[in-house]
Amino acid sequence: MTVNTRERFHAVAEELVYERDTAPTAGAGAAAISLTGLEKSFGANRVLRGINLHIPAGQFVAVIGKSGCGKSTLLRIVMGLDEPNAGDLRFEDADGVEASPNARIVFQEPRLLPWLSVADNVVVGLGDGIDRRSAMKAAEAVLSEVQLGEKAGEWPARLSGGQRQRVALARALVSRPGVLALDEPLGALDALTRISMQELINRVWRELGFTAVLVTHDVSEAVHLADRVIVLDEGRIALDLSIPYPHPRRHGHPGLAELEGRLLAAILGTDGGH
Amino acid sequence: MSTFDTPFVRSVAAEEAAKTGFRLPLPRREKLIPYLVPMAIVAFWQLASSAGLISSRIMPSPADVALAFWSTTVSGQLPNDVLVSAGRAFAGLLVGGSIGFLLGIANGVSRISEQLTDTTLQMLRTIPHLAMIPLVILWFGIGEESKLFLTSLGVLFPVYLNTYHGVRNVDRDLIEMGRVYGMGNWTLFRKVIFPGALPSIFVGLRYALGIMWLTLIVSESIAASSGIGHMANNAREFMMTDIVVLALVIYAVLGKLADVIARVLEQRLLAWNPVYQK
Repeated sequence: MTVNTRERFHAVAEELVYERDTAPTAGAGAAAISLTGLEKSFGANRVLRGINLHIPAGQFVAVIGKSGCGKSTLLRIVMGLDEPNAGDLRFEDADGVEASPNARIVFQEPRLLPWLSVADNVVVGLGDGIDRRSAMKAAEAVLSEVQLGEKAGEWPARLSGGQRQRVALARALVSRPGVLALDEPLGALDALTRISMQELINRVWRELGFTAVLVTHDVSEAVHLADRVIVLDEGRIALDLSIPYPHPRRHGHPGLAELEGRLLAAILGTDGGH
Repeated sequence: MSTFDTPFVRSVAAEEAAKTGFRLPLPRREKLIPYLVPMAIVAFWQLASSAGLISSRIMPSPADVALAFWSTTVSGQLPNDVLVSAGRAFAGLLVGGSIGFLLGIANGVSRISEQLTDTTLQMLRTIPHLAMIPLVILWFGIGEESKLFLTSLGVLFPVYLNTYHGVRNVDRDLIEMGRVYGMGNWTLFRKVIFPGALPSIFVGLRYALGIMWLTLIVSESIAASSGIGHMANNAREFMMTDIVVLALVIYAVLGKLADVIARVLEQRLLAWNPVYQK
C-alpha cells in the first residue's frame, strides 16, 4: 500500500468508526502503558503490592476501589509524581518501542492559577517556548471544544465549579496528549454537571484517541466511560473487567447495569459482606 | 407586560430616571462619610481656639496651621523639607524592601538558605531598630547614611516576614500542577510562586510603609539638619507650635498618600482576587 492509499484507508476507516460510534483506534502519539511488579509503601503502609497491568494505546481504563486501596497512588506513579519502591513503569509507542509520551493529568480540584485568565491557564498546558499568538489560538480552539470559548478572558474565580473543571480539561488537552490521567476529576461536581462532563470526556477521547486512565470511586461513571475497569483492593488487582459496549453509552443501559452490579459486588464483597 | 408594569411602578421609575438625569457631578454620599469625623474635629478645634478655650501656646488653631503652611511654602522651606524626607523614605524603602524581599524569596524557596539565615533574621527582628540610634550616630554621624540605615532596617523585617510566609503558603497543589505540566524553576517562580505570594507581600509592604515613616520621623528629630522631622524639632525650640502641628499634618497626608498608592497597586496587580473584584 502506498502512503496515499494508506492515508485514504485510514480516513475511510475513521469515518466508519465514527458512524458506528464505537471505540476509536488509538490516536497519533497515544502510548501503551506497562506496569510490572509495581510496589509502593509509605512507611509501614504497603499501598501497592505488585501491580501487573498492560494498557494498550488508546484504551480507556477506569481504576476503582475503596478509598485507601491505592488507586490514586497508582495514577501518581504513572504520571511520575511518585516513585515506586519496586517494579517497572514503561510507555510504548504503536510499534512497541519504549517512548516518553506527552502525558497530562486532570486533578480532582481544577488547580487553575487564579491570577491568569482562563485562556492563559489553558496556555500553561502547552509548556514553554511557544510564541504567544499561536498559543492563544490553540487555547481558544480547545476552549470552544469544551464550550467555554466565550469565557477565554475571564478570571477563574468567576466560573462555576463545572466550568473550572472544563478549563482544567482544556489545559490537559491543548497539547494533544498521548496519555491522559484523570484523578477523580468529577468527584466534586453535582450529579447533572457530572453527567455532561462524562459526555464531554467521552467525546474528546473518541475524537483524539489518547490512552486514558480514570481513577474514580463512582462505579457507574467507570462502566459508562471505560473499555475496561480495574478493581483494586488492598494494593492488588482484584478484578479486571472489560466493558464491551459501543460508545457513546446510554445511561441506564441494562448491560451496563449488570456489569455495575458485578463490580459493586466485587468491591463490597472483599469487605467480608454486610 | 411584566407583573410589575403598573402605573405606580411606572411613575416611580420615571421619577428615578428624572433624578439621575439632573444629578450634579458631586462625590457620592458613601464616599464622603469617611471624611465626616476629621472635618468635625477640625471644625470643633477651630471653634474652641477662636473662643479662647485652647491657648495658642499649647495648640495652634487650624487657621494658624494653614497660615504656617502658606508661609513655609512661599519661603520654599516646606517643599524642600518634604522632598528631602520623601526622598529618604523612598530610598529606605527601596533598599530595605529589596533586601527583605530577596531574603524572603530565597528563604521561602530554598531550604539551605532558610536554615542559614532565618534564625539570624528572627533574632535581629526582635531588637527594636530605634534602639540602635546611639550606635548609628556613632557610626555615621547625622548624615544621610544614618537615616537610610535606620529606615532600611525598619522596613526590611516586615517585608521579609510577609514575603517568606507568602512564598511558603503558596498552594502546594498549584506547584505540583506546575511541575507536572513541565514548568522549569524560573517559569514556576514567575507564574506560580511569585503571584501566589503577592497578596502577602503587599501586606508586608503596607506594614513597612508605617514603619518607614515612624523611623524617619524619629531619626530626623534626633539626628538631622533637614527634613520634616528636623523642621518640627527646630520649631519646638522656638515654641512655634503651628509649625510642629503642620509637620504632623504633613506626616498624616504623606502616610495616607503612600497607603493609597499601595492600595491602587494592590487593586491593579491582584485584580484576579475575588476580594478586589467589584
